Amino acid sequence: MSVDAKTVKRIGRLARIRIEEHEVAAYQQELNAILGFVEQLGELDVAGVEPITSVMPMTLRLRDDVVSDGSYPEQIVANAPLSEDNFFMVPKMIE
Amino acid sequence: MTDLTKLSLAAARKGLTEKSFTSSELTRAYLDAIEKANSSLNAYVAVTGEQALAMAKTSDEKLAKGQGGALEGIPLGIKDLFATKGVHTQAASHILDGFKPEYESSVTANLWRDGAVMLGKLNMDEFAMGSSNETSYYGNVINPFRAEGSNADLAPGGSSGGSAVAVSAWLCVGATATDTGGSIRQPAALTGTVGIKPTYGRCSRWGIVAFASSLDQAGPIARTVEDAALMITSMAGFDVKDSTSVNIAVPDFAAAVERGVKGLTIGVPREYRIESMPAEIEKLWSQGLDWLRAEGAIVRDISLPHTKYALPAYYIVALAEASSNLARYDGVKYGLRVTGKDITDMYELTRAAGFGREVKRRIMIGTYVLSAGYFDAYYVKAQKVRTLIKKDFDDAFHAGVDAILTPATPSAAFGIGDEALATDPVAMYLQDVFTVTVNMAGLPGIAVPAGKDGKGLPLGLQLIGKPFDEETLFAAARVIERSVDIDFSPKPWW
Repeated sequence: MSVDAKTVKRIGRLARIRIEEHEVAAYQQELNAILGFVEQLGELDVAGVEPITSVMPMTLRLRDDVVSDGSYPEQIVANAPLSEDNFFMVPKMIE
Repeated sequence: MTDLTKLSLAAARKGLTEKSFTSSELTRAYLDAIEKANSSLNAYVAVTGEQALAMAKTSDEKLAKGQGGALEGIPLGIKDLFATKGVHTQAASHILDGFKPEYESSVTANLWRDGAVMLGKLNMDEFAMGSSNETSYYGNVINPFRAEGSNADLAPGGSSGGSAVAVSAWLCVGATATDTGGSIRQPAALTGTVGIKPTYGRCSRWGIVAFASSLDQAGPIARTVEDAALMITSMAGFDVKDSTSVNIAVPDFAAAVERGVKGLTIGVPREYRIESMPAEIEKLWSQGLDWLRAEGAIVRDISLPHTKYALPAYYIVALAEASSNLARYDGVKYGLRVTGKDITDMYELTRAAGFGREVKRRIMIGTYVLSAGYFDAYYVKAQKVRTLIKKDFDDAFHAGVDAILTPATPSAAFGIGDEALATDPVAMYLQDVFTVTVNMAGLPGIAVPAGKDGKGLPLGLQLIGKPFDEETLFAAARVIERSVDIDFSPKPWW
């Protein structure tokens, strides 16, 4: 599976990272180098092997369905580049 | 008075409890050393001098009354990946500019609970992505070791390069670090320090900036095996805030250090004899086995047949998880924001400007392998390979192996801006070839200095243990440590 320039731009869009035109070729080459390296997994027959879900045998713990934390909105937005009345501010999304 | 910064953690602790010196004196000695060295070594990205002296003063009051915790008054460095309340926490990235968390990571909270003093935040590869500490937004960290007869700068390894250098160059007693594919053990090996990645689930991941959540584990880098044991005893522990934290008692790891290896079976995996292995690494490895044998261990050849697939599978799993974890850096909640014509534009410009090249490359790969149509071929396949890698280890342990000895790295420290490594992204990834299997299987692994190469640069050996059997690793690493007749102190040039 080889990545072309169009795919690099599409992946950039999916990852929400702006890829400038002059950067495409370098990304394409690097992505193909890494994907070429992982290609060797193809040699391995994994039929009937379960994908790992947890390295340590464990079941996820459950907790009581109650509010156990919160009520400090000013702390939540304290590091925001832009906030108002304890809300995050973003560019207008709906016309 | 002797140079306080040269003391091990164990010796510093003894000096403090016996009132030979105060934590304020010790802390000041480190702050002076940092002041003198940091412009050359670049180990710290933030020094919290006032806070350190205030913490030291509190410790001194307790110590004066004969009170205090297990690390009372001990000055430590903290990797920039750990959230520290009100203090620089940026994972050495531009995208987290100005981020000062409103909360404290569980691991650092445990250290402060036990009386430790924070000197500052340590440099690292951006988001822990790198093996040379050259991807930091804050610049390269420089290895205090130089090849004999050369004054060329060497890389300290990564991603915990700042942690390893600060410990090696006497800029803190010990440091916190994290390890996703070798980020504790590789820099420890390249700087003549001891680093342990504990079993997955031993240390809470809560409040540690996430890279690859199913692989990330915190651990210490320290000057001696005993020091590492003392630190991890404080760092570890069950935490309800981390869903993969394991509820198991934390032993007194330091008590296991002098236990010896008599009667233990040490496995030697034949698949780790890679083709390109330098003769001196090969020699170091057999020397390590001889030392363990001399103290009564039984050495046995073993096979871990899926070893060669660990690194490619790792790069799928780690980058897939990274692309997901790093989606949160969007210019809205914290850090950098670059304004755009609409919200998507803002996201794209912020992330393009905020992430460094290596991080972007990794997010791109991770996004690709998780994208529609490729998920089964890459991610699911890699997770199946991971099952096989874990089974290799399980089989060896079930067959009576107590621990496994391997080299820690395929080479000694390499140059800053190494051309062969810079032009081929895969070449740098090969730095983790001996360490990454351990993360894939969730096992504990320790790197211990074991020799030097022909140019006087430190080399390390790695011991891999059964889940939650870090004690055996400390015992075996200690045997290597006391068998090595080499001083792993760098010669100060900074």
